[in-house]
Amino acid sequence: MSTSPPPIPPPEEMREIFRTMTLIRRFEERAAEEYMAGRIGGFLHLAIGEEAAIVGTVSALRPDDPLTSTYREHGQALARGTDPRAIMAELLGRETGICRGRGGSMHLMDVQRAFYGGYGIVGGAVPLALGLAWAARYRETEQVSVTMFGEGAANQGVVSECFNMAGLWDLPIVFLILNNQYGMGTPVERAAAVDDFFPRAAAYDIESWKVDGMDVLAVRAALSEAARLAREERRPACVELLAYRYRGHSMSDPDTVRAAEEKERWKARDPLITFERVLLGEGIIDAEGVAAMQAEVDTVVDDATAFAQGSPEVPVADLADYVYAEPWNDAANGSALVRP
Amino acid sequence: MSTEVKDVTYREAINQALREEMIRDESVFLMGEDIGHFEGAFKVTKGLLAEFGEKRVVDTPITEAGFTGLCVGAAMAGLRPVVEIMTVNFALVAMDQIVSNASKIHYMFGGQVDVPMVIRMPGGAGHQLSAQHSHSLDAMFAHVPGLKVCVPSTPEDAKGLLKTAIRDDDPVIVLESEGLYGKKGPVGGEDHLIPFGQAVVRRPGRDCTIVATSRMVWVALAAAEQLAAQGVEAEVIDPRTYRPLDLDTLAESVRRTSRAVVVDEGWPECGIAANLAAHLYESCFDWLDAPIGRVNSADVPMPYAKNLEQAAIPQPADVVAAVMATLAREVPR
Repeated sequence: MSTSPPPIPPPEEMREIFRTMTLIRRFEERAAEEYMAGRIGGFLHLAIGEEAAIVGTVSALRPDDPLTSTYREHGQALARGTDPRAIMAELLGRETGICRGRGGSMHLMDVQRAFYGGYGIVGGAVPLALGLAWAARYRETEQVSVTMFGEGAANQGVVSECFNMAGLWDLPIVFLILNNQYGMGTPVERAAAVDDFFPRAAAYDIESWKVDGMDVLAVRAALSEAARLAREERRPACVELLAYRYRGHSMSDPDTVRAAEEKERWKARDPLITFERVLLGEGIIDAEGVAAMQAEVDTVVDDATAFAQGSPEVPVADLADYVYAEPWNDAANGSALVRP
Repeated sequence: MSTEVKDVTYREAINQALREEMIRDESVFLMGEDIGHFEGAFKVTKGLLAEFGEKRVVDTPITEAGFTGLCVGAAMAGLRPVVEIMTVNFALVAMDQIVSNASKIHYMFGGQVDVPMVIRMPGGAGHQLSAQHSHSLDAMFAHVPGLKVCVPSTPEDAKGLLKTAIRDDDPVIVLESEGLYGKKGPVGGEDHLIPFGQAVVRRPGRDCTIVATSRMVWVALAAAEQLAAQGVEAEVIDPRTYRPLDLDTLAESVRRTSRAVVVDEGWPECGIAANLAAHLYESCFDWLDAPIGRVNSADVPMPYAKNLEQAAIPQPADVVAAVMATLAREVPR
C-alpha cells in the first residue's frame, strides 16, 4: 500500500466529493427499493460500500478522460454528472432513460460526459478501454483512458492480453482493479493463485500499486498519480483498490456466503462515515451542513424516482431502433436482416 | 483518358481498397497479426506499411480478442479500424468482442455511439488444413443483429464491398475466401462502391435458381455450365451480403424459375442454406414446383486426407445433382 499521506483537495472540492458519495449511496438504496417494488427488472448490482473507489477515481480525472466500467456502474455515471433522472429512468426501462431503455442497470453510458459505458461480460470492456487509449494517442490528445474492473475480471485472459498491449505500446491507460474480494460468491483465495492483483500488470512493465479503496483521498491521490503517468509520461498504470461491497453480488443474491462478522468489520470502515469524520475534524463542514446536504441529496433522489415512475414506456414500435446507425428495415418485431 | 481496365487478383483488389480508403480518410488504420512487416499471411497488405507507416499499419501480438476489442473501442472514439483476423478460424477467440461488444454497443446504449469498424478474415476449406483451419462460419456472423456481413466472390466485389464497409458506420464482417485470393478479374476505380444488400445475377437462366456466394459462386457457375450441356438453364444469383440480404432479387428469380438450390460451404444444420431456403419458402411457396435443394459441406469436422476433404466440400457435381432433383430428373451417367 502507498504510505505517503494523500494531498488534501480544497474545501469546496472536499464537500463535493462527500456529496457525490452520499448521492451514490442514497441513489442505490432507492434503486434497491424500486427493485423490491418490482419496478426495476433484470439484474441490479449495487456498489454500496465502494463509493470511495468510484468518487476517488472520477474526482482525479479530467472530464474528457474516457471512463469505462463493469455492470456495477450507477455510481460512475452519477460521479460523471449524468442526470440522476436519466439514470433512474433507465433502471425503470423508460423512454427518458439515458440509453432510452435499451440498456438498463448494467449498460449505462453518457458519452457526452466521456462515460463510455457499463458492460456485462466480466473483463470484456477492458479491450474497449485500450481502444479509447489508442484513439487518444492516434489523435494526439491528452486524454487518459481509465477502466474499472473487479479482481474477478483480472482472471479473464483478455485482461492479460490488454496488459501486454498497453505495456508493449505504452498506451495512455489506467487499469483500475477494484478488488472487493469476491467474484459473485467466490472469495479471492478460492479463485486466484496470488491474493494481490496489481503484480500481474507489473509483469507487463506497467507501473502498479495497491491502495486502500475505502479511503476516498487515498484513491484520489493514487489515481492522480496514475493519470499523471499516463498523461505526462505516456506510460500505462495499474492501481488495485482494496474494498468491499456491502450487498450481495446483485439484488438476486441473498448474500449468505459471507460471514456477518466480516461484513461488520468492513462496515466499521465505511467510506462515507470515515470521510465525514475527516470533514468535521478539518472544519470543512459541520453537523448542520451534513444534514442539509443529505436532505438536498434525498430531494434529488426523490425527484429522480418520481420522474422515472412518471416517464412513458418505450414505444414498442421503436423496438428495432438503434440496431444499426442508419435504419435498414427496423420494423417492429421484424428482422433487420432482410431488405424491405 | 484511357478507360482500359486491367484485371487484378482478388488479393490485389482488397489491397487497392485498403490503400485508397487510407489515402481518403486519415482515421482509417489497419491492425492484425503479421500484416505489416510480413505483409499479411496472404500478402493482402503488401506495401501498406511502407506507404503508411507503423501508426496506421499495426502488427499485433497473437491476441485476437484483445486487438479486436481494442478496435471496437477505437471505433467508439470515431476512428475507422480495419482489423485483419488471419483466418476466420481465429475469430472464434474474438467472438465475445464481436458479438457482445461490436454488434450491441450502438443498440444497448440507445444510439449514443457508432462502431464504424471492419473485420476482414478469410475462410473456407480446400487446402488440406484439416479440422481447425477450414471453417466457414458465415452463419455465426449472419446470425447476429447489429453486424453487417459481406461475402465477396469476385475481385470487383472484394474491392467495392470493402470500400463500402470501411465507409459504413456499423461493424462490418468481410468474409474473404482463401481459395479466391489468386482469382483475377476487373475492378472498379476509386469511387466504385458496391452497396450492401444488392444481389447480382451471375448467369441468367429459366429452369432453376442457384443461390451462392464467395467461392461457391464459382462452383455454381461450373455446375450451370454442366447443366447447360444437358439442356438445363440454371440462373446463378450471388447475394453478396447476407446482412442486409436482398431477398427481393432472390425471390423474383425463384418466382420465375419455380425451383431453387442454395449452395453454402458451411455446415447444413442451422446454416446459411437452411436460412435462405426458409426465406424463399416464406416468400415463394406458391410458386415452387419442387422442394428447395441445399448443398452444404458434410456435417463433419473437416478431415485432412485429400479425398475425404474433397468429398466433404460442395463440388459442381453436387450442385448439378441438386438442381436435377428439383426437376425430378436423374443425372445422366
